Amino acid sequence: MGNINSTSKDFKLNSKVPEGPIESKWTNHKFSLKLVNPANKRRYDIIVVGTGLAGASAAATLAELGYNVKSFSFHDSPRRAHSIAAQGGINASKNYPNDGDSTFRLFYDTVKGGDFRSREANVYRLAEVSGNIIDQCVAQGVPFAREYGGLLDNRSFGGAQVSRTFYARGQTGQQLLLGAYSALSRQIHLGKVQMFNRREMLDLITIDGAARGIVVRNLLTGAIERYSGHAVILATGGYSNVFFLSTNAMNSNATAVWRAHKRGAFFANPCYTQIHPTCLPLHGDNQSKLTLMSEGIRNDGRVWVPKKKGDNRPPNQIPEDERDYYLERKYPSFGNLAPRDISSRSAKEVCDEGRGVNGGEAVYLDCFDAIKRLGKKAIEEKYGNLFDMYQTITGENPYEVPMKIYPAPHYTMGGLWVDYNLMSTIPGLFVLGEANFSDHGANRLGASALMQGLADGYFVIPYTIGDYLASHKFTSISTEHDEFKKSEEEIKEFVKKLLSIKGKSTVDEIHKKLGRLMWNKVGMARNEKGLKEVIGEIKTLREEFWKDVNVVGKAEDLNQTLERAGRVADYLELGELMATDALNRNESCGGHFREEYQTDEGEAKRDDENYRYVAAWEFENVGKWNLHKEQLEFEFLHLAQRSYK
Amino acid sequence: MGWFWKFTNSSIGKKLVMSITGILLIIFLIIHLAGNLTLYWGEKAFITYAGTLELLKPLIRIIEVLLALVFIFHIINGVRVWWGNKKSKPIDYKINAKFKNSSIFSRTMIQSASIIFIFLVIHLDTIWYPYNVGTGAENLYGIVTSLFAIPLYSWFYIFAMVLLGFHLNHGFQSAFQTMGWNHKKYFPLIQKIGTIYAILMAVGFASLPIYFLYFHGR
Amino acid sequence: MDEKKLNIKLKIWRQSGPNTVGSFVDYNVSISPDASFLEMLDELNNSLEKNNQDPIVFESDCREGICGTCGMVINGEPHGPLRKIATCQLHMRNFKDGQTIWVEPFRAKAFPVIKDLAVDRSAFDKIIQVGGYISVNTGGVPDANSIPISKEIASEAFDSAACIGCGACVAACKNGSAMLFVSAKVTQFALLPQGQPERQKRVEAMVAKMDEFGFGSCSNTYACEAECPKGISVVNIAKLNHEYRLAKIKSKNVEV
Repeated sequence: MGNINSTSKDFKLNSKVPEGPIESKWTNHKFSLKLVNPANKRRYDIIVVGTGLAGASAAATLAELGYNVKSFSFHDSPRRAHSIAAQGGINASKNYPNDGDSTFRLFYDTVKGGDFRSREANVYRLAEVSGNIIDQCVAQGVPFAREYGGLLDNRSFGGAQVSRTFYARGQTGQQLLLGAYSALSRQIHLGKVQMFNRREMLDLITIDGAARGIVVRNLLTGAIERYSGHAVILATGGYSNVFFLSTNAMNSNATAVWRAHKRGAFFANPCYTQIHPTCLPLHGDNQSKLTLMSEGIRNDGRVWVPKKKGDNRPPNQIPEDERDYYLERKYPSFGNLAPRDISSRSAKEVCDEGRGVNGGEAVYLDCFDAIKRLGKKAIEEKYGNLFDMYQTITGENPYEVPMKIYPAPHYTMGGLWVDYNLMSTIPGLFVLGEANFSDHGANRLGASALMQGLADGYFVIPYTIGDYLASHKFTSISTEHDEFKKSEEEIKEFVKKLLSIKGKSTVDEIHKKLGRLMWNKVGMARNEKGLKEVIGEIKTLREEFWKDVNVVGKAEDLNQTLERAGRVADYLELGELMATDALNRNESCGGHFREEYQTDEGEAKRDDENYRYVAAWEFENVGKWNLHKEQLEFEFLHLAQRSYK
Repeated sequence: MGWFWKFTNSSIGKKLVMSITGILLIIFLIIHLAGNLTLYWGEKAFITYAGTLELLKPLIRIIEVLLALVFIFHIINGVRVWWGNKKSKPIDYKINAKFKNSSIFSRTMIQSASIIFIFLVIHLDTIWYPYNVGTGAENLYGIVTSLFAIPLYSWFYIFAMVLLGFHLNHGFQSAFQTMGWNHKKYFPLIQKIGTIYAILMAVGFASLPIYFLYFHGR
Repeated sequence: MDEKKLNIKLKIWRQSGPNTVGSFVDYNVSISPDASFLEMLDELNNSLEKNNQDPIVFESDCREGICGTCGMVINGEPHGPLRKIATCQLHMRNFKDGQTIWVEPFRAKAFPVIKDLAVDRSAFDKIIQVGGYISVNTGGVPDANSIPISKEIASEAFDSAACIGCGACVAACKNGSAMLFVSAKVTQFALLPQGQPERQKRVEAMVAKMDEFGFGSCSNTYACEAECPKGISVVNIAKLNHEYRLAKIKSKNVEV
């Protein structure tokens, strides 16, 4: 699996952003896109990998239009995709609360929140279709929170001064995903979507330079299966699990995008990772993942640490005037609602100063003021399930004792490079949702991931994929094509190799080692020295993996160790690219904080002159990439230093 | 009418049959108990009650047929539900923790029903049959009181009535739930009424053999 | 954190495939009370792998109690002894030092064992596929605020929609009945104005599919509600009974 496609060093990235004023780009573009005749749509097979918000919404919508869709998920059911765990809400510029929101303001907030490292036209389109998403979800029966008058309720979220976040208690992701899942289920019933559960994509098949199929492993039987199509859509989520400990699900992985990357799809901005400020702190070595508390809680919660170092009194005994509400102090206008990267870094700062909880890595968050102001019942209604979750995990009652929180890897803004049509550098390979890099720049605002996933799936891909299909001539391709056969052989060889090493380290042990390297040196704060070191350390660990890993069990069986081993093998390559990208980017922006590049006040310092570009990496060989740059033009927004003060 | 049979054979339809027949039997038990209690007022009162029923014989016969049908539906259908459910859960857990998540009354419907069924057969054979089919001139009071004088008979009667109470305690509220009448305001009340009803029925019926065995005529 | 570790004796169901005979296997673990139950199994698996033994197959994903992937029967109860949590949210501090814990897969005819503690719950998807949705295509829908829904109704619909599809209701039910799962979806849409056009068709189709898979009849033991990690109420089942009865009486469908 190391072939390089038609791309080369002189390849010119073309973002295909349409001309014209920002407000009419998408409208004009939609008109200029070619259409597929309704009767011809059934002649096209589209492969969709992943059934989260982006994948399920895309599969359902394309099937509704008449395409034949083959949908793949490694879960036992499409409803398990990790979008389900999103808690807080979904943004939309409906301006229902009449507080001054508009498409332009959502666009502005998102670009600014992303620290001016996203593509203006994509973000504007996202803001433009955001309202349609809410309409669509309500029509599907998603039970959003409502006011007494029966209309939809909104709350505010980080990085915004308007209330534009729609929510369904603390389970918005679940409800939206079940909406998309229900639309998908309907198409499965109608026979327009063929659903393949428990299949993990292990390779992308390109023929004559275009994506024409995938090869998957049947996770129940271990059989390698081939599927062909006219276009392939990847909606497989992010790669936070490189860190081992993250808020991602146990099985969330980067294998699909990584194998596509190795087949020629450029990987953009891999160093842009988001560390979420409000997670439960680590408790011990055997911890398998970190748990997130929705940042919605920052609406009514206040974050603080003791003013004095070494103040180890129980939190309720620390008097008000000896507490440092550091976000409110440093960012008076946004306060506790400062964007995620800033909040996370501030938490790290105070903990580095030794003012964390008991001098360790945790800060306090409590809602006592809000409980006093609004009553316990109101707070319970808003955050009851979060508080219950906190109590279950920690054994402490958050209505009485301040909660302890700490940042954790949560989301990856980087991903496969896509143009305005969401097509990667491989023709016919489209990438949606968190798996692509497009809309969040260097930092994603809260409640924007759900918006982007559904925007891509419901309202963007159905238009743009038609243009690709209509403007290409396709030869019919069978799964007996040599490329399929070759790929299957390579996969079998790869699996055989993993099973034959029979070393001493378990897959998890190596993954944990990688995670620690990444967290310490490619985490919340990075520097040149650390990055250079870590690149070498990852290489060494990769060698160790291929010499010393022990993957038990058989290839032709349900083998969860083997599944994890394949994913970790990919992380060991991707981790290096993340560090390489972070080292290349000599500036601080959003979630990428280079210690060498900060203002006197410790804020991220961008270098717009030299780094106002998307770093798109072309795979050449393991450990070797070519950098391609897509210059970012800001025609409609003024490049400014982010300020949330 | 194919749809109707499919309906009554569906998982919910079968339960609905249980519910409707159950409610009818609940009503029947009230009337039956009311009649039986006349035993406390002595032979004359009881004979008068029986005599009144005698006057309505044609109507009673029709009711008896309907009642028999209700019983048969309730029993056959109940066995079908039980058998089907057993097949839906072919392997049980090694460790039984059912007492933690459900009441004993709800889990033992088939067991209580089996005992009540045996009771019903004996009951019909020893009381209904001799009176209605036997010589035709039997004194009902005599039949009943002489049966209750047999300790084994009475004890089985009492045992069956306790299980009837179990059965009704679950069955009463269950009938409402299956009909779909579970309302936040009223259902807790229905559950209480169900328990009171079950106790009244069990105590009411069982009090007679106890009375005749230990207190009557002493 | 140098807390005292718990010594636990585990008896775990091992079964190598759907058609093989399984049995309980004993394991001893020493584990931090702060670890979750699944982290305890992770650690056990890690040590099994170290000794070249096949790890115990169990499914889990989000480990936050929302994806519905995890699920096993712990000492006779689906998702373990605590109420309103999924297996992944159960922590070892809820067990005593020296305790024996029996771990079994979810049992029901419609949930065949795949391997060890993993079972096949695809029947749930198939039930949803026949009607657990509102048939609207993407686009062309009215403005979200053009359908006012009272806060109470929205909240009630949410309570039903909170189901995570884990299957604990089926596992807990002595009849292997899926009525809590099906009723939650039917109720959510029966309450909302958007669900009205397909109200009868939906309940008829979903119940027919449920029966086809061999799930049992509800006998109102309410074990499902007790074990449901999301506390879905059996009032949903009453609603399902009601909806189904009315649909059967009113609908013009003579097929199902």
